[in-house]
Amino acid sequence: MSLSLPEVKQVAWLARIEITDAEASAAQGKLNDIFKLIEQMQSVDTEGVAPMAHGQDVVQRLREDRVTETDRHVLYQAIAPQVEDGLYLVPKVIE
Amino acid sequence: MDWETVIGLETHAQLSTRSKIFSGASTEFGAAPNVQACAVDVALPGVLPVLNKGAVERAVRFGLAVGADISRRSVFARKNYFYPDLPKGYQISQYELPVVQGGSLSMLVGDDEKTVRLTRAHLEEDAGKSLHEDFHGMSGIDLNRAGTPLLEIVTEPDMRSAEEAVAYAKALHSLVRWIGICDGNMQEGSFRCDANVSVRPKGVGVLGTRCEIKNLNSFRFLEEAINYEVRRQIELLEDGGKVVQETRLYDPDRKQTRSMRSKEDAHDYRYFPDPDLLPLLISEETVEQIRSELPELPAAKCERYMREFELSAYDAGVLTSSREVADYYEDLIGALGGAYKLGASWITGELFGALKRAGLEISQSPLGSRQLAGLLQQIQDKVISGKTAKDVFDAMWNGEGEAAAIIAAKGLKQISDAGELERVIDGVLAANQKSVEEYRAGKEKAFNALVGQAMKATRGKGNPSQINEILKKKLAG
Repeated sequence: MSLSLPEVKQVAWLARIEITDAEASAAQGKLNDIFKLIEQMQSVDTEGVAPMAHGQDVVQRLREDRVTETDRHVLYQAIAPQVEDGLYLVPKVIE
Repeated sequence: MDWETVIGLETHAQLSTRSKIFSGASTEFGAAPNVQACAVDVALPGVLPVLNKGAVERAVRFGLAVGADISRRSVFARKNYFYPDLPKGYQISQYELPVVQGGSLSMLVGDDEKTVRLTRAHLEEDAGKSLHEDFHGMSGIDLNRAGTPLLEIVTEPDMRSAEEAVAYAKALHSLVRWIGICDGNMQEGSFRCDANVSVRPKGVGVLGTRCEIKNLNSFRFLEEAINYEVRRQIELLEDGGKVVQETRLYDPDRKQTRSMRSKEDAHDYRYFPDPDLLPLLISEETVEQIRSELPELPAAKCERYMREFELSAYDAGVLTSSREVADYYEDLIGALGGAYKLGASWITGELFGALKRAGLEISQSPLGSRQLAGLLQQIQDKVISGKTAKDVFDAMWNGEGEAAAIIAAKGLKQISDAGELERVIDGVLAANQKSVEEYRAGKEKAFNALVGQAMKATRGKGNPSQINEILKKKLAG
């Protein structure tokens, strides 16, 4: 499998990465090298091997359902560009 | 051409945990903006999610209640998209290995039983809320809801009309409240539906192109939105057009659905397993523990009411339509030590009628089950007739006190004294010789006229069955 130039640009758009044509071409080459590596890995016979969902062979620890966090919004909002009435303000988004 | 509608629903049920799915922030509704959004919820760098046991248990409880498979191992994935109320840039959800797979839900649609197959139910986190008013051209973001645990319940495309979709949604709404995993508050967004709607010519096997209508937070909107969307698609196709697969929003003021352009490339979510979360393992013991704690489910209860209490399918269905109604009924018959049918008919008749007129739910009833039991006990003890009991019921509804006190105060006690009734009836017979002769000539109706006169003479307080008996005896003699 390999990516076309428009596909590279689409992926960049989905990730909100601004990319020039020259950068897109360079990224295309690098991404396709990665796909070659993936192809090589996929050619290995994995018959009978359970798929791995995580790099470590451990399972999820669960937390008791208790409220442990206190209100610290003033601290968090100290680094926000704009705040009003306790809300974070962002450029208008509307459906 | 005849068209067939095909509907599948995705429902987001907010799980009734105290804290969020991946953080220890509170989930309580109605707090001031952002005071319940902790470092994990606002996605500060370096934070890690830790899964809430309460959310997992609720998901398992749901799975068991719908007869689904509980995945012994399930995986969390990142669903990637950009929106200001999603600070991480991805929503943690489940994709390939959801916690609940399969199952089904049955309900009555009119008089027919309908079964809807479930595809899956998976755990995920909610996003925050965007407010668009009054911020000088900007949007305000409240992240209190970010990280609230949701169970997304997905059906197969098994429904064929808006009516069936609403019946399913109501049955699901009742079930999640019944098993205590979701408060079902639709105004607060705790239970909301997305409807996938398509149409196809009758008899055609393949599905038509579907549209997804998002965020329907009332049963009425669900019905209206589906009906509008079905008409829109049929008109489009009959005019030679094509349905475009897209996400639409329902506008309840205009009663229309409209396209949500911002979601155009939203279907490219680039899911991948979340490296911050390990696979979730659910042991056999956990599943069995939760199974043992499940309450008797509505379908089983309904069947038991029909079998043990000999109720009609209709009454049993109504009485098990919600946990609150079933609890009220069981309290009532418990206090009466039986009277299954009498209790059922008073709840489905007088009580529901009064609640409906007042626009109240049974949980808000001014008349508790113990008070109603007090009234029905008076009928059981033959202190008052069923007819008089309706007047007493109204007085109790208006807050005039307990049944016994009202009966005493208003002098409604039934006359069951045989001697007194005989004296009254002798008078009635003497005054109504014509009716007596008619009855003796074989006119059954005349008997009812005499009963009526006797009731009138006792101002409605005569024991009707005793009056019947005495009259028959005297007329025969």
